[in-house]
Amino acid sequence: MKMEEKEEKKKASIKFSPDLIELLSRFQEIELEDVDIEVGDLEIWLRPTASLTAPPKVAVPPLLKVKPTAILEEAFLPPIEEYVGSVLEVKLGATRGEGGSRGKNVVIGGATSPAFCMFEKPPPNQPVVTLDVFDMAVSLPKAIRMHVKEVMEDTAAWAKLAVDKFGAEMVTVHLVSTDPLIKDTSPKDASKTIEEVLQAVDVPLIVGGCGDPKKDVTVFKKVSEVAQGERVVLSSLTLDMAEAGILGEVAKAARDDGHLALAFTALDLNQAKELNRRLYEFLPKDRILMDLTTAALGYGLEYSFTIHERARVAALMGDQELQHPVLSGTTNSWAAREAWMKMGPEWEPRELRGPIWETVTALVLLLAGVDLFMMMHPAAVRTMKEVVRRLMSTGKARPDKIADWVTVKI
Amino acid sequence: MTEREVKKGIKELSPIDVYMLLPRTNCKECGEANCMAFATKVVNRELPIESCPPLLEKKHKRAYGKLQEMLAPAVKEIVIGAGNHEVKVGGKLVMYRHEFTYHNPTPIAIEVTDEMPERELLDKVKRVEGFSYNYIGREVNLDMIAIRSTSNDPTAFKSTVEKVAKTCELPLILCSFTPNVMEAGLVAIKDRKPLIYAATKDNWRDMAELALMYDCPLAIFAPNNLKLLRSLAKTMIEYGVENIVLDPGTFADEGFSDTINNFTMVRRNACHKGDTLLSFPIIGTPITAWIGEEASEDMLAWKEAYIASMLMSRYADILIMHSLDGWVQLPTVIWRFNIYTDPRKPVAVEPGLRIFGEPDENSPLLLTTNYALTYFTVESDIKSAKLNCYLLVVDTEGISVESAVAGRYLTAQKTADTIKESEIDQKVKHRHLIIPGMAARLSGEIEDLTGWRVLVGPRDSSGIPKFMSEKWPPKED
Repeated sequence: MKMEEKEEKKKASIKFSPDLIELLSRFQEIELEDVDIEVGDLEIWLRPTASLTAPPKVAVPPLLKVKPTAILEEAFLPPIEEYVGSVLEVKLGATRGEGGSRGKNVVIGGATSPAFCMFEKPPPNQPVVTLDVFDMAVSLPKAIRMHVKEVMEDTAAWAKLAVDKFGAEMVTVHLVSTDPLIKDTSPKDASKTIEEVLQAVDVPLIVGGCGDPKKDVTVFKKVSEVAQGERVVLSSLTLDMAEAGILGEVAKAARDDGHLALAFTALDLNQAKELNRRLYEFLPKDRILMDLTTAALGYGLEYSFTIHERARVAALMGDQELQHPVLSGTTNSWAAREAWMKMGPEWEPRELRGPIWETVTALVLLLAGVDLFMMMHPAAVRTMKEVVRRLMSTGKARPDKIADWVTVKI
Repeated sequence: MTEREVKKGIKELSPIDVYMLLPRTNCKECGEANCMAFATKVVNRELPIESCPPLLEKKHKRAYGKLQEMLAPAVKEIVIGAGNHEVKVGGKLVMYRHEFTYHNPTPIAIEVTDEMPERELLDKVKRVEGFSYNYIGREVNLDMIAIRSTSNDPTAFKSTVEKVAKTCELPLILCSFTPNVMEAGLVAIKDRKPLIYAATKDNWRDMAELALMYDCPLAIFAPNNLKLLRSLAKTMIEYGVENIVLDPGTFADEGFSDTINNFTMVRRNACHKGDTLLSFPIIGTPITAWIGEEASEDMLAWKEAYIASMLMSRYADILIMHSLDGWVQLPTVIWRFNIYTDPRKPVAVEPGLRIFGEPDENSPLLLTTNYALTYFTVESDIKSAKLNCYLLVVDTEGISVESAVAGRYLTAQKTADTIKESEIDQKVKHRHLIIPGMAARLSGEIEDLTGWRVLVGPRDSSGIPKFMSEKWPPKED
C-alpha cells in the first residue's frame, strides 16, 4: 500500500468518528510523522555524497525512523540446549517371561530434556497414571465415592474396576488398615490382600503402607515375599526408616525379591538426595523412584511444582542423585477444601470443582516433569491421558482453525 | 528448607556489579547502612535502583543508564490501562520460578462481544468486576475485560466499548482484526489505553498506525509461526511501536503440543538467548477451547480451565477466557496466586502461641501445625468467625497435619512441650485442648502425657465455627 493511499484510508476511517474535533491534535502528529519519513529518506539518499564532502552539520533528530512498508523478514531458530544428564528409565511390573505374572510392564522416565520440550527431545516414555484403591472402606469425597462405592469393601474388585472401567495402567493398593491405630491388620493378612489383587488384575502394582515406619517395614517385607518377582513398587521408604535403623532390611527384601522402592521426602531436595544415597547401598539405581511430595492446589502446590522443576533441571545438569523418575500423589489434591466443600452457589457444582482440582494439580505437575501420577477421579484420569496424548504429538496445529477466533460466536 | 536459599539475580549478576556503578558515598539516603547493602537489595529486586537519590543526579547519568540496562528484565514490562486502573504485564526476570520470584501475576481477561444483548453484556461485566474469593485471608479477583467484535461492525463495536467502559474501570483489551472496527473502539475510549488485539500478517500496518496514534500497547498474532512472530515484532519495532505483546496462538485440541512448545521457545529465547524480538509478554487465549467440538458446555469450560493453568505454568503473561463459572475460575486464580509468590518464602511459620480477638480464661485453646498454608487457613477461618481464642502452633518442621501425624512430626510429646513452653496453663482456667480431626489418633497419648482433656475438632478448619457452637464450652464430666 502506498503512503498516500494509506493516508487516505486513515483519514477516511477517522471521518466516521463523531469525536473528530478531539482527534485534531492527533492529525498534527500524523503530519509530523510524514515529515519524519521524508527526512529519513533524504538522510539515506544523502549519505554517499555526504561522504565525498565535509560531513553535514545538520543535526538529524535521533528518533527518526523509516516506517517499514513490508514485513521485515526475520529467521527463527529453536533454542536448543545441551544437557549432560538424563533421567533413568525404570521398569515397573514383571511379565511371565520376566519372573512375574503381569500382562505387560510399564516403563517410565528416560527424559533427556525438560518436560514436553518436544522441539528439543521428545520423552522416550509417556507419563503414566496409577489409580488408588484402599484395603478398607475409607472416607472419600462424594464426587469420588459415587464411582467406587460398590467395591469399597473388596480391594480386588476395586482394583479390577480401576483397570476395566477407568483404564488404569497401574493400580496402587494402600494398605491403610495396617495402621496400628486403625485396624492393625497383620502383615500376613495385608499380603493376602496383595495376592488377591495380583490375581484380579494384571497391571503393575504399587503397594502403599500406612505411614508408620516400623509397621510399614514389617508389612513391606511380607508383601515383598509373597509378590516375589512381580517388580511392585513399595510406597514408601523414608528417612524415618533410616533413622530407626530399619531401612536396610526392607531395601534388601526389595532387592532380593525383585521389587522397586519409592523414596519419599517432604519438599526437600537435600533430603531426597540423602535418602537416595542410603538406598544405593542396597538397590540398583534403576529400581528407585522419588516422591518429592505433592501438596494440593491452594495448599502448597507451588512448592511441589517448583521442587519438581528444580529436581528435573538438576538431573539434566548432571546431578546423579536426582536422576530418578518422580511420582506424584496427586490424589492429595482432594485435601483442599475447595475440592470437596459445599460453597456458595457461584462456585457450584462441586461435582466439577472437585475433579478439576485434581486435574489442574496433575497437569501443572506434568509440565514440571512428573512421570507417574497416583490419581482417583475418573474424569481427572481421562483428561490426564488425553492431554498426555496431545502433548506427545507435535506438528498438528492448524493455524486456520484459530486464525479468526476473535469473531467466533460462542 | 532448600527453598530458603537466596538466589542470585539474573545472569549471575552480583552485588559487586551493581556496587561498582553506584556513587559509593555511603550516604544512607536510601535507608540502607551502606552502598554495598543497597546493591545487594537491588540485585535481589527488593529495591529499585531509583531508591538511590545521588544516582539520579545528572553527573551519574551514564552509570544510571548502565545499571538500568544491567537490571532490565528478560521480558519487557508493558502497561495496559491508565491511571489507577492499569495493569502491568511481563517484566519477567527468569524462566524458572526457583531462579527468582515471577513478577506481575498473569491478569485474566474475561471476554464479552459486541453482539451480546445489553443486559447480558453489562451483567457479565459486573460479574467480572465483582468476582472475589477469600483465599487464606487475601482477596483474589479477575482483572480485565476483553471486548471482541464478532459483528465486525464499527458502530456496534464502538457502542459496546462505550457501554463497557462506562460500566467498569477494569483495563480493557479490544479484539478485532479489522482496522476500522478497532479504530471505532479506540475512539470511544482513547484515554483508557487498552491493549490492541491484534496485528497480523495482513493488517499490521494499520494496526501499527493505530497503536502509535492512540499510544496503546499492541498484540501481534502469528498462530504457530514463530518466524512470522519475530518478523512482525521486528517490523513493529522499526515502525516505532514499543509496547508489544506476543501471541503465538493457543490451540486447545490438536496442536496443544505446539502451543506448549511455542510458549516455551519464546520464553527461552527471551531468557536464555537474549532474543530482543521475543522479549515481550506472551498472551494466551484459553477461550479458543470453545472452538472445539465437545457437545456440552461443561466440557468446553473444563478444557478452558485446565488450559489456563497449564499456560500460566508455561509463561503466559496475560490470558483471555470465556467462562466466568466459579468452578472454572477458582483453580485458575488460586494457581495464579500461588506461582507468583516468592519461592524463597519459608513454608513454615513460627511455632508458639497465637492470640485471636480478646480471649479470657474461659476461651478455647486450639492446636495446629506450623506448615504455612495450614496455619494461614486456620488463621483465616478463626478470624472470619471472629472467635476469641488461643491457638497453639506446634513445630512440625513445616509439615501439614495429616502428614505430620503419619511422619511423627506431630506427636503427643511435641504437643506437651509446646503447651509447657507457651505457659497457656496460666492463661486459661480450663484444661481442654481442641486438636485437628486429622490428628484424632493422638488423643489418648496427649491426654496421658499432658493431663489435658482432648476434644477432637473438625477435619477441616472450615468446621471450626460449627464445632464451637455445638461443643464449646465443653460439658463437665
